[in-house]
Amino acid sequence: MPRPSAAGLPDLVMFSAGLALFYGVIEVGRNWLGPFHPQVEISRRLSDLPVYAGYSLLRIALAYVLSLLFAIGYGYIAAYRSNAERFMIPLLDVLQSIPVLSFLPGVMLAMAALFPGRQLGVELGAVLLIFTGQVWNMAFSFYASLKSIPREMREAAKIYRFNWWQRFLQIELPFATIGLVWNSMMSVAGAWFFLMACEQFGDFRLPGLGSYLQAAADDGDTRSILFGIMTMVAVIVLIDQFVWRPVIAWAEKFKMEQVESADAPTSWVLDFLRRSRGVALFRKRAVSPLREQMVHYFASKEDARSQSSGENITLLWVGRVLGVAALGAIAYAVVRVIMILTDLRGTDFHHIGIGLLATWLRVNLTLVLGALWTIPVGVAIGFNPRLARIAQPLAQIAASVPATAVFPVVLLVLIRFGGGLGLGSIVLLLLGTQWYILFNVIAGAMAIPTDLKEAASVFGINGWERWRKLILPGIFPFLVTGMITASGGAWNVSIVAEYAHLKGQTYSTVGIGEMISAATDAKNFNLLLASTIALAAVVVTTNRLVWRRLYRLAETRFKLEG
Amino acid sequence: MTESIIRAHAVEKYYLQPDGSRIEVIAPVDLDVEPGKIITLLGPSGCGKSTLLRILTGLSKPSSGEVLWHGKPITSQNAGVAIVFQSFALFPWLTVLDNVEAPLEARGVAAMERHKRALRILDTVGLDGFESAYPKELSGGMKQRVGFARALVVEPEVLFMDEPFSALDVLTAENLRGELLELWLSKKMPTKAIFIVTHNIEEAVLLADRVIVLARNPAWVRADFAVELAHPRDRKSPRFIELVDYIYKIMTQPQLALPVPDANPSAQKPARQKYQMIPHARVGGIAGLLELLQDRGGKEYLHRLAEVLIMDAEDLLPIVEASVLLGFATLEGGDVQLNAEGTQFAEADILTRKILFRQAALNHVVILQQIDSILHAKADHSISEEFFYDVLDEHFSEDEVQRQFDTAMNWGRYAEIFDFDRESHRLTLAEPVGEPHPPTSTPVQS
Repeated sequence: MPRPSAAGLPDLVMFSAGLALFYGVIEVGRNWLGPFHPQVEISRRLSDLPVYAGYSLLRIALAYVLSLLFAIGYGYIAAYRSNAERFMIPLLDVLQSIPVLSFLPGVMLAMAALFPGRQLGVELGAVLLIFTGQVWNMAFSFYASLKSIPREMREAAKIYRFNWWQRFLQIELPFATIGLVWNSMMSVAGAWFFLMACEQFGDFRLPGLGSYLQAAADDGDTRSILFGIMTMVAVIVLIDQFVWRPVIAWAEKFKMEQVESADAPTSWVLDFLRRSRGVALFRKRAVSPLREQMVHYFASKEDARSQSSGENITLLWVGRVLGVAALGAIAYAVVRVIMILTDLRGTDFHHIGIGLLATWLRVNLTLVLGALWTIPVGVAIGFNPRLARIAQPLAQIAASVPATAVFPVVLLVLIRFGGGLGLGSIVLLLLGTQWYILFNVIAGAMAIPTDLKEAASVFGINGWERWRKLILPGIFPFLVTGMITASGGAWNVSIVAEYAHLKGQTYSTVGIGEMISAATDAKNFNLLLASTIALAAVVVTTNRLVWRRLYRLAETRFKLEG
Repeated sequence: MTESIIRAHAVEKYYLQPDGSRIEVIAPVDLDVEPGKIITLLGPSGCGKSTLLRILTGLSKPSSGEVLWHGKPITSQNAGVAIVFQSFALFPWLTVLDNVEAPLEARGVAAMERHKRALRILDTVGLDGFESAYPKELSGGMKQRVGFARALVVEPEVLFMDEPFSALDVLTAENLRGELLELWLSKKMPTKAIFIVTHNIEEAVLLADRVIVLARNPAWVRADFAVELAHPRDRKSPRFIELVDYIYKIMTQPQLALPVPDANPSAQKPARQKYQMIPHARVGGIAGLLELLQDRGGKEYLHRLAEVLIMDAEDLLPIVEASVLLGFATLEGGDVQLNAEGTQFAEADILTRKILFRQAALNHVVILQQIDSILHAKADHSISEEFFYDVLDEHFSEDEVQRQFDTAMNWGRYAEIFDFDRESHRLTLAEPVGEPHPPTSTPVQS
C-alpha cells in the first residue's frame, strides 16, 4: 500500500543518490583520462577504502552493462538467423568453457599497448576481461529464452501486427528476464573473481580492492587485510540487498505461471522505490511520454515498411560483407597462430605437456578433496533444517568472497608456515571451487523427498547402504552440476594459483598456469600463446568427454520426478 | 450470392524431404469464408485443421495455391482478422487492460482512444472490474474472455478461433459458448464471420451455420454442409442428435461415401462402427468391484454400489463397463451381475488372478490382442510404443489416445502380456505366469 507520508524520505534518498553519482562520474573521468601510472601507489589509509571499493564496483558495473548489451545482441541474432545460429551456438559452448584468466596476461599487455600513456588502456583491459568472463552464459540464456517463447504467443504478436519494438519490449525481453536475472547474478559473482585477479596483475596495478589487499599482504599488515576483506563482504551484501533482491522481486511478474505462487520473493528496497513519489512522477512525466512516442514512431514505421514490400537488400549485403570480413580475419589469425606455433622448440611442447598434466592432476585432486568434505557436510546441512538456517547464510558470505581476493593473504600465511606453492596451490584451488560443490550438495539433499527418507528408515536401510541407495543417487544430478562448475573454476584459478609475487619474491610450482604467468613475465609471447591454446583445448575436451556425459546421465537416470 | 471475405484457392501444404519426395499435410483445398456465418472446421486431432486456419489468416504461407482477402493476396498486415487461441496466448506480465490495448498500440492508436476502446470491449465480455488484474489471477474462463476482448478490440472482419474452449472445463466452456452466441446473434460485435476450429462434434453442431469436416493424411474436405437449426439449439432434439451421429460416422469411416441426411427423420440409421474403446479403469478398481459384488451375493444395483463406494456415477461407470467388457460381469437394467468368470476371479489368489485376467484380456480387448499378436510375430518380440499411438490416433482424440494407451499399459502389464520399458519406450513380450519358462526368469514368478 502506498503511504504518502513516507514519500519524503525516499525522494531525499533518491536525490542524494543522484548527486553522488554525478560526483563519481567527474572523479573517475579525471583519473581515467589522466596519464598512465606504471606503479600505482596504493595507500592503505582506511579512508581510501571506499574510493577503492568504488573503483572496483565501477569496473564491474561497466563490464556488466557491456555484457548485457552484447548478450542480448548475440542471443537475438543467434535465435533469428538460422544460418548464423549454426556456428554461433557451438562457438558459445566453446567460449563458455575456456578459462578466461588464461587471457588475462595477453589482454592486459595488448590494451596497455593500444592506449600508450593513458590509464584508460589498463582500465579497459580489466573491463574487457571481466566482460569475457561473464557474457557467455547470459547470451546463452537470452538465446534459449527466445527459442522457448510459445508458438501461440508469437502468432498472437504477428496477427495483432506487433512491430519490432513492441515485440521486443512486450514479449521477448519480458520472457527472457528471469533467466537473464539469475545468470546476471552468477556472472557478477564470477566477475569479482576476475576483477581481483586483474587488479593484482603484474605491473599494471589498478587502484581497487584487489590491489589494496595485495599491498596489505605484501606488507604483512593484518589490520588492513581484515578491513579490506570486510569492505569486500560489505559491498557484496549491499549489492545483494540493493540490486539483486529488488530485481528478483520485480522479475516475479515475468514468471510464465498460470496461478500466483504463494511465497513470492519480496524486497524492502523495491517497496521503498514503489512508494517514492519522485519515482512515480518520473515515470509519469518522462517514461510514459517517451514510451508513447516510441509506440507511434514504430507503428508508423511498420506501416511504411508493410507498404514497401521485399527484403532490405542493403542490409543483406552489409551482413554478407561483414560475414566475409570476419571469416577472412579468422583465417588470417589461424595462419598467424600456426606460424607462431611452428616457431616453438620441441622442449617448449614438452614443458607444456608436463604443465598440463600437473595442472590436470591438481584440478581433479581438488575436485575429489572438495567433494570428500562437502558431501557429508552438505548432506548434514540439507537434511537438518535448523542447521541449514544457520549454516547457509554463513556459507553464502564465505563463498561470496572471491578466492582471488584472499589469495595474497593465504599465500602470506602459507609462506610464513613454510609451505610452498606445491601444496599452497591446492589450498588456493579448493578455496575457489569448493563452494560450488557445497551449495549444490545442500540443494540436492534438500530435494530428496521426505517419504523416500522415511521409507529408507522403515526398511532399516542405514549406514553405508543408506548412502549408496538413497543419498548418493539423490544428490547425483546436483553433485554433477556442482562439479562441472567447480572444474571450470579450478582451471581458472590455476592460472593465478601456480605463480605468485609476494614481497618482491616469485613463488611458483609446475603447471600450465605457471607456464602462462611466467611466459608473460618473460614477455615470451609465443610460449604464452601456445600454453593458452593448449589449456583451452584440454578444458574443452574434458568437458565434452567427461562432464557432458555425466550430466546427461544425471538428467535421465537420476532425475527425481513427481 | 454474397461475395466471400476470404477465398482460398487450391491451397496445399507439404514438406519436402531430403530425397526430394513430399510429405503432404494438406491436399489442395478450396474454401470460402462468407459473411454472416459461423463456420466450424472439424477434424480428428493432428489432421491439419490448425495449419489450415493459419493459412487462412495469412499467418503462414501455403506451399502452393493462394488465399485472397477481398480479392487481393492476403498478408498478416492487410487481413482484418483476429485469433482466439486455445492456450489463450495472453502476456502474463501485462495487466488485462494492457493485454487488450497491445494490438491497438501496434496500430498506433493514441493513448486516450486506446484506453476507451479497451474498456468498452472489456465491458462487453463481462470483465469490467478486472482491468488491472494480471492473467494469472484469473480463472481459465476469465482468461479466455480476455482473449476474446483482445481479439474483438481490433474489430476484425473475420474472427478466427483455434479450439477456443478445449482448455476449459465443461461448464465454463458451455457458458462461454452461450455468451459468444449471444454476442454474435445480437450483433454486439462488428465481426462479419466467425471461423472456429474444433474437434468437439457437439460444439460444432451447437454453434455452426456451416460445418466443414476434414479427413486426414493428408487433410481434405470430407464434408461441407449447412446446419439450418434455429438458435438456441436443443442438444436433445432428434435433428441435433442425427447430425452429431452423421459427423461421427464420417469421421470414423473416412472411406465411406455418406450423403448428408436430409431433415426427413425417416432416414435410416446404420450401426456405427468404431474402434473398441477401453473404459478408463485400473485393474485394482476392477478387482475391488468384483470382490465387493461377490461379498454382496453376486448382484447389486448400480446406484447402491455408488452409495456403498461413495463414488460418482462418472467414476464408477468405467469400472463397471470394464468388468463387463472383460466378461467378468453383465449389466441388466440397473443391476450388475457377477458371472462364472467373475466369481472365479474374485475367489482366486494373486497369481491365479493374473492368469484369469490375461485370458479375459486376450479374449475381449482388441488393442491387447493386437499388441500380443504383433509381439509374437516380430523376430525380436519388441515394438516401439509409437506404433500403438499411431493405431490409436486413427480413432481417438489426442487426450483420449493417451488415456487409452495408459489403460492398455496398466492392463497389459498386469496380465503380463508385455513388459514396458519407460526409458526405451518399447514394449517387449513378457514371460507369462503359468506357462513353462526358463529358470533364468525373475524370482517373482517362482
